[in-house]
Amino acid sequence: MNLNRRTKMIVFVGVIFAVLAAVYLAGLFISDDFIAADFSQKGLKPSWEHPFGTDMLGRDMLARTMKGLSVSIIVGTVASTVSAVIALIVGVAAASGVSWLDHFVNWMIDLVMGIPHTVLLILISFACGKGLKGVLIGVAITHWTGLARIIRSEVLQIRSQQYIEVSRKLGHSSRWITVHHILPHMVPQFLIGLILMFPHAIMHESSLTFLGFGLPPEQPAIGIILSESMQYLSAGMWWLAFFPGLMLVIIVLLFDRLGENLKKIMDPYSAHE
Amino acid sequence: MQIEGKNISFRYHERMPWILKDVSISIEEGERVGLVGPSGYGKSTLMRILSGYLEPQEGSVRLDGKPLPKKGISPVQLIYQHPEKAINPRWKMKKVLEESGMFREEVMEALGIERDWLNRYPRELSGGELQRFCVARSLFQGTHFLFADEMSTMLDVITQAQIWNLMLKEVKERRLGLLMVTHNAELAKKVCTRIINLKEINHIGENGNGAG
Amino acid sequence: MKEAILLVKDLSVSFHMYDGGLEQYDLKVISNLTLDVRPGEIVAIAGSSGSGKSLFAHAVMGLLPENAVMTGKVFYKGKVLSQKDKEALRGTEMALVPQSVSYLDPLMTIGAQVRGTKPNRQIIKAQKEIFKRLHLKEETEKLYPFQLSGGMARRVLVATAVLSGAQLIIADEPTPGLDLEMALEALQVFRELADAGKAVVLITHDIDLAFHIADRISVFYAGTTVETAKAADFLKGKETLRHPYSKALWEALPQNGFKPIPGFQPYAKYLPKGCLFSPRCPLKTKECENEIPMTEVRGGYVRCIHAD
Repeated sequence: MNLNRRTKMIVFVGVIFAVLAAVYLAGLFISDDFIAADFSQKGLKPSWEHPFGTDMLGRDMLARTMKGLSVSIIVGTVASTVSAVIALIVGVAAASGVSWLDHFVNWMIDLVMGIPHTVLLILISFACGKGLKGVLIGVAITHWTGLARIIRSEVLQIRSQQYIEVSRKLGHSSRWITVHHILPHMVPQFLIGLILMFPHAIMHESSLTFLGFGLPPEQPAIGIILSESMQYLSAGMWWLAFFPGLMLVIIVLLFDRLGENLKKIMDPYSAHE
Repeated sequence: MQIEGKNISFRYHERMPWILKDVSISIEEGERVGLVGPSGYGKSTLMRILSGYLEPQEGSVRLDGKPLPKKGISPVQLIYQHPEKAINPRWKMKKVLEESGMFREEVMEALGIERDWLNRYPRELSGGELQRFCVARSLFQGTHFLFADEMSTMLDVITQAQIWNLMLKEVKERRLGLLMVTHNAELAKKVCTRIINLKEINHIGENGNGAG
Repeated sequence: MKEAILLVKDLSVSFHMYDGGLEQYDLKVISNLTLDVRPGEIVAIAGSSGSGKSLFAHAVMGLLPENAVMTGKVFYKGKVLSQKDKEALRGTEMALVPQSVSYLDPLMTIGAQVRGTKPNRQIIKAQKEIFKRLHLKEETEKLYPFQLSGGMARRVLVATAVLSGAQLIIADEPTPGLDLEMALEALQVFRELADAGKAVVLITHDIDLAFHIADRISVFYAGTTVETAKAADFLKGKETLRHPYSKALWEALPQNGFKPIPGFQPYAKYLPKGCLFSPRCPLKTKECENEIPMTEVRGGYVRCIHAD
């Protein structure tokens, strides 16, 4: 069979997925021995032995970066899943036809969107006791707004369709219609929204940690690595910030590509190209 | 049973002209009524009001003297001009019939629905084939009135004749009330026992907005 | 006989489709279609939905989507048209009256759109006249497309094509949603265009109207022409027609008995071999499974070996 565009895209999506899974697993299985302090190896430039160099405690930066990314991916997955589920529930509820609920949801969305993102994240994370829990809650309950809006307008559009009118006249309840007619239409939006939320979640986790409101210093997180490296940048130890930063950008872009490609595969309008 | 619209007036907005003014109409079960009139005279609007999809500003719709049921299965079923809009594009056709509990051999047979259509999606069927499903799903036990809003306007003449013949057979056998809107005078003559010109019962005067 | 403005020869259109998963297949929606339209003439294309009527118009205008493959030739005034030529002629020499308002620019008022990019006093005057004829009120000019009802939109689209001054006008279902009086008025406008030496193709499933307004009628079935003949033949009745499908159309009209033949037009994915109508045809024989050419019978063209 000839490789057509859709097959290529699916292969591409599969590869991205495999890379992300590999990074996650690598971080998970690297033993802590690799990041034990070893002062005989401190502050080494990148070499074959330590491709990303070592830090001032002599820890291998490659191992630390991998572990950090692994944590980031976990935070990203959990936070964006929770966020997307909130968005789905809120979006469908807003479009259920109850006007005060719609007003309330819109008000909530405006409120969350109106406060500068980072400020809100810091506030929530701080209020929830910082650490992994604080970051997760913070990221999860600040990222649902955009997707909720999209879902709300999609649901409203579907609710105005004739086949919904018909279904109602056939005696089906609002709940039956939501489950059978509306939710299945939301699946592609939901999945794409979910994956495109990943990059945001990861970036915000890192920035929160970088600013000191996120994960604790003993956790091997990218944010921690980057904020530590700041002290040594002026001493010329560029690799401490460069490689972990680059890896973070790559992971974020991979998630973005994954989402964009899935969108193209699921979008009915480009389905036959 | 009898469905009756009493002094119905309707407009979309207070500042818009009346589309329907003081319209009274009644249809008995077993009767086949054709509703004719120029474009933009509110034929579809009247039909949507009578079947309970729209609320009139003035007047009321009564079924045997009682208001139309707001919830639950409606005894008045509407069949639209564009069947592809009245069917969920993501459902297979079997589910469309199941939705109204009409996935039954005799119904499918009566409307000439073929077995292998059931596993297709709506976009894989033609308008005429889809319209059969729309009629089939409306023909359950609780239906007393069928309203057809330009049901066959988008169909070719052979399909039109096929569907109307099948539907008329059911309507006659079950003594349903039928209200149909059409621009085709010949079709109305062939199908109906009585023809109402909306122009004669709609009292909007000369400020009709001429919309189609 | 005057030279044809539009001549379509052996046109086939197929779509590259995905079958659920990753398998691709070709869906042949128009096969070996032939049609000519001369100046001063209205040719009606009659057929059910799915017979390839609209696609035919899109193929001539060069508006097919990207996954469509077209073979065969389209001649305009004797010259073969390439995709580029079609784009150049579209709107000036050839005009399409599309099916729905979605073809109008939603952000422009109706008046501005109908008049085009360079309105002068003459065009404005002509536009006001044509609006009046089509029973569109003066205020319509100031409305936006979303404010139009279906019937008004159809009339606006007709007006646009009339004002374009094109030599060839293809109207895709201009009448549904119009009552008889307005439909006849709109069709009368096309008649006058044809009488002024233009060529009009009228795509419709309302064969009743087509019979009365067109000069010739071409019957489409499952993506090909089965019969092309004078409209008068269709008015006279069953006996003067040539193809069994045309006869069936005539008999299915409410005023002619309202008797339908059984069966369905085949879906493009499951086309029968040879004659596309054969599964529903009372005259079917073994020979019908071969390729059937268009032949001349009693002054009309028919794709049937049993026609006489």
